[in-house]
Amino acid sequence: MSSITYLEAIRLAQEKALADDPRVFLYGQDVGNFGGAFKATKNLAKEFPGRVFDAPLSEDAIIGMAVGAAIEGMRPIVEMQFADFSTCGFNQIVNHAATLYYRTGVPCPIVVRLPSGGTSGGGPFHSQSMEALYAHYPGLVVMTPATVEDAYSMLLEAVALDDPVIFCEHKFLYYHLKSERLPESVLPVGKARLARAGRDATIVTHGAMLHESIAAATELAGDGYEIEIVDLRTVKPLDMDTVLASVARTGRLLCVSEEWPWGGVAAEVIARVTSEGFGLLDVAPQRLNAKDTPVPYHPDLWSVHRPTASAIAEVSRRLLNI
Amino acid sequence: MPTFKEDATVSSSEFIKAYRVMLLARVLEEKLASLYRGGMIKGGVFLGRGQEALSVSVGLHLHKGDIFAPLIRDQAGRMAFGDTILDTLRTYLGSQLGPMRGRDGNIHRGRPREGYYAMISHLGAMIPAVSGALLARRMKGETGIVGATCLGDGGTSTGAFHEGLNAAAVEKLPLVLVVANNQYAYSTPNSRQFACLDLVDKAVGYGVAGHKVDATDLEQCLLTLRKAVKAAREGGGPQLVVGDLLRLVGHGEHDDAHYVDPALKSAPVGRDCLLLAEEKIIAKKWASRAETSAWRHEAEEEVNATVDKVRREPGPKPEEDDWMAYSKSEFAEHYAGA
Repeated sequence: MSSITYLEAIRLAQEKALADDPRVFLYGQDVGNFGGAFKATKNLAKEFPGRVFDAPLSEDAIIGMAVGAAIEGMRPIVEMQFADFSTCGFNQIVNHAATLYYRTGVPCPIVVRLPSGGTSGGGPFHSQSMEALYAHYPGLVVMTPATVEDAYSMLLEAVALDDPVIFCEHKFLYYHLKSERLPESVLPVGKARLARAGRDATIVTHGAMLHESIAAATELAGDGYEIEIVDLRTVKPLDMDTVLASVARTGRLLCVSEEWPWGGVAAEVIARVTSEGFGLLDVAPQRLNAKDTPVPYHPDLWSVHRPTASAIAEVSRRLLNI
Repeated sequence: MPTFKEDATVSSSEFIKAYRVMLLARVLEEKLASLYRGGMIKGGVFLGRGQEALSVSVGLHLHKGDIFAPLIRDQAGRMAFGDTILDTLRTYLGSQLGPMRGRDGNIHRGRPREGYYAMISHLGAMIPAVSGALLARRMKGETGIVGATCLGDGGTSTGAFHEGLNAAAVEKLPLVLVVANNQYAYSTPNSRQFACLDLVDKAVGYGVAGHKVDATDLEQCLLTLRKAVKAAREGGGPQLVVGDLLRLVGHGEHDDAHYVDPALKSAPVGRDCLLLAEEKIIAKKWASRAETSAWRHEAEEEVNATVDKVRREPGPKPEEDDWMAYSKSEFAEHYAGA
């Protein structure tokens, strides 16, 4: 098998979901014959006639229709062309899908795919990381796959779940993250993964920042430091057991997240570690987020707006030398 | 569109059936208002006084297996579709035994598994939800079903109305969207809500059929909804029904509606559809005044008995609630100190 990209893994997962489960259908802008803005649904309309629909340019209606279809027992996967546009469907996600089970006892098994995060030249409205925003709302599962294997297996799990899933697939990883094979065994939903073992400090991260963190850890290994890295995989539910176990080993914590700092995933992890594992910490925990401005357009600005391997290494050095 | 011979009459039995559901809804809502004033209701009370004729006509034309997503002034339509005095009171009085178990209240009730959707407060949101349900039914090969949802004049100004109706029109779904133009959205009059001459004119812009009705007239409401629901059921695509009427109460029971223009109250649109229907029954000699009084008395007895029953029922117990927003208990987050 030739190598599979992160994007192709998402396409293959949708293909398998459509093949395995007659309740699954795809709905979104340009997802039909065109195959999606990023080609994540390429050929699927032809392969599964009547089950892959182009939607009008109406995020609110797209998600609202998915909610209604889910109530009727279907398993819709809807694509937001960019995560940023999900704000136009925000009401249906947080007020309808997220509340349905608690209010009525009827689950809402929808998957909302959010092509997330920054890429060079994306700019303020095609670059956002929205996982913390959705994780704030009870009732939503928020997935942030960081590997090709997770992109595939977690999307299939998302479809199988009875609860609504916000699937934050990272655009930066679409093309250049590759794997030779699809996974055979997977971690359960809500379980974080130890991406790299270490003893000197813990980096907790997710999405594209996993790879920047690994690059930073590799750099620091040259200086003799062993950094442990936890890939959260899902930010809600948050696997605090794995995080706390790692902090117990290292005593030092850095949370790296591409989203904005205020009330983000990094803030939540630090709050939880501080209240649940204060005694495990040797020094004050640190976080590194994107800068607190809209995501800039110019590649030279963008490349330092988000956390980079060198910025992560620099903060890690400070954490280690305190 | 299929052509069919219009049956432009309403039989006495159909009219009386509709009237009695309207009457029951009115009596129940009068009771809710008095319970509200007595401090017995958990949360707000939003009544449909003056809107019963339009609302009941929606519910009566739906079948078992259809989908109905009513709005806040649809007590009559809800009951015509199968909602009960018991479920209504359990929700308003906060009984743990009601369909919402104390987790949501008043008009936000429903039984989605039975096609009776539980509205969210965000206006227009149920239009795409019902549309998606209809798309799902179509994908499952079900035919001849209809989904109906209700809205007010204010709701037509939302983005959800536009997106939902447009998407339903693109898919040619059997959606019946009923707009009760009750002249005010809370306190905002039509003149500050929209600039088109008539809300039904929006239908042509969406490429859907439009129907206009004097919603103070039960017979006209029954005929209009009969036609609209039949057209949707037979493949005619979405149907926009606009009924003109006046909300004869405040937005909620907390609101004295002092802002309502007195000229509207004395205009034809301000007439009470329930009284007009009763007068018609008397004039047509379908029933005597004594009989309509007996129907009211019967409704009051039933409502009062149910209130007595529900008031003795337990409310939700915080220590027994699982506080789970997820269907899988392992997804529960555990926060220290919580």
